[in-house]
Amino acid sequence: MIAGRAWKYGDDVNTDVIFPGRYTYARMEPKEMAQHALEDLDPAFAREVKPGDVIVAGRNFGCGSSREQAATCLAAAGVGAVVAKGFARIFFRNAINSGLLVLEIPDAVDAIQSGDRVEIDVAGGALTHKGRRYPFPPLPDVVREILAAGGLIPYLRDRLAKEG
Amino acid sequence: MGKTFAEKILAQKAGLAAVEPGQIVTARPDLGMSHDNTAAIVQLFHRISLKRVQEPGKFVVILDHVVPAASVEYAQNHKDIREFVREQGIRFYDVGRGVCHQVVVEEGLARPGDLILGADSHTPTYGALGAFSAGIGRSEMAALWATGELWLKVPTSFRIELEGELPELVTAKDVILYLIGKLGADGAVYRSVEFAGPIVERMGIADRMVMANMAAEMGAKNAFIAPDETTFAYLADRTKDAFTPIYPDPDAVYEKVVRFDVGDLEPQVACPPGVDHVVPISHVAGKKVDQVVLGTCTNGRIEDLRLAAEVMSGRPVAEGVRMIVLPASQEVWLQAAEEGLLAEFVAAGALVLNPGCGPCLGAHEGVLAPGEVGLATSNRNFKGRMGSPDAELYLGSPAVAAAAAATGKITDPRRLLEEGR
Ligand code: SF4
Repeated sequence: MIAGRAWKYGDDVNTDVIFPGRYTYARMEPKEMAQHALEDLDPAFAREVKPGDVIVAGRNFGCGSSREQAATCLAAAGVGAVVAKGFARIFFRNAINSGLLVLEIPDAVDAIQSGDRVEIDVAGGALTHKGRRYPFPPLPDVVREILAAGGLIPYLRDRLAKEG
Repeated sequence: MGKTFAEKILAQKAGLAAVEPGQIVTARPDLGMSHDNTAAIVQLFHRISLKRVQEPGKFVVILDHVVPAASVEYAQNHKDIREFVREQGIRFYDVGRGVCHQVVVEEGLARPGDLILGADSHTPTYGALGAFSAGIGRSEMAALWATGELWLKVPTSFRIELEGELPELVTAKDVILYLIGKLGADGAVYRSVEFAGPIVERMGIADRMVMANMAAEMGAKNAFIAPDETTFAYLADRTKDAFTPIYPDPDAVYEKVVRFDVGDLEPQVACPPGVDHVVPISHVAGKKVDQVVLGTCTNGRIEDLRLAAEVMSGRPVAEGVRMIVLPASQEVWLQAAEEGLLAEFVAAGALVLNPGCGPCLGAHEGVLAPGEVGLATSNRNFKGRMGSPDAELYLGSPAVAAAAAATGKITDPRRLLEEGR
């Protein structure tokens, strides 16, 4: 179960404002990346975000460059999920491969306001906000397993270790 | 209910009877491609704690981005890559063979009905031959090396039908720039784009590659052009392996079908700093340029070099302009040499480079200084793409590039050809 406050943003939140280009070539651990998350969009975010908080946004979240850090920094900041009307293709892939849950639930996006409490039951396939349930299709097994392992590389390491 | 190309091929490669758009499947690609970034992928691969690539025969590595190495760091990367591919038995093309996408096609490694994943954003290029090809990230290539499979989301499909007859000197590049201008840089995000109609059917493989290559600039996951006699004839000399083309059903369900008549299209130019800032050439004619680049995976084929030479028809490169010609591959380079084209370019005052990406990504071999203006036949003109973030980069066809080189400013190539007659 994921539960936390919502941080709401608009359409076309690009990877430059999620993780500024000026840091892309700096060597950073994920924890340090988290301190710059959304720096150019909402400077309060990195300071105040709590584990389990949910980012809520409009269309085309994560558009722009293919930098993987945009997903890594949010995962490292403890973001429980990003719920949007739609995602840019590479961000969507990078997010799952970094262990960050991404969900497309357009109705919920319209209803949720910044600061609202949001709960997401991943196994049950529903988001709950102000007593209303917004169901989403069950995640495919492979995506659930990658998220549970914390990303694609750890997932494969565990899987191959098990297979011997 | 009929299925689109993407739905049919992804079902097949995932071993499922049918798939729906939005569904996530685990597919086994026929080929995985990476380039200079292989050095970074090797590091990720080691983090999976595996020693061997599972099916090395399914991968190819081509060094093309910064070749020959422009710094000790690049040289070290290349060296590490050579060692890795030798150790693992991965098919390898060293510096000088050509730009990865051109090499994959020339070597007959992209065939109708193939699923190809590449660690490069212009991997959709192979849709020109009826393959499903898409770009992936570096961890994903490491995952493919480790397991031979990867999760993919089935895209919705978008069909673009092109009608009319292209005017003289108006090319595939003008058509795709026009489409990107109309549909926007996010016009096809995550979509499988099928190009169809008489215009596409008449195109050769080179032109079809331009269309598929630049579909990436509308955000497409992949592009598709139905394989036909043109495709089979091209592949006849290049692969001995059997292949089975996959076609969309006639009653396939598309998210959108759009038709364009491009019969009276003018040459098009993309203005800085966006590939979708497209205008007819008359709107920017007269803009002075400092450097012209003819080449790259978009327009560095023999057909492009021939067209540029025809437009220049013996004129010298204008004073104060640097013209850089970089054939997309060794094969193109040799063919152009044989036809006397390279000599013509050099005699005109141009600089002919080795095959590779060259200045396209702004790393070496002719980057722009602040305040300079470039015009290139490549596919991206973002801020800083060819060097300084304070330079301006325009994109156009090989004919437009030739006309700019010969006159020192953006010029309608048709005017030049008229004068030459
Ligand atoms: S030529 Fe340019 S666009 Fe093509 S692969 Fe090389 S860097 Fe990328």
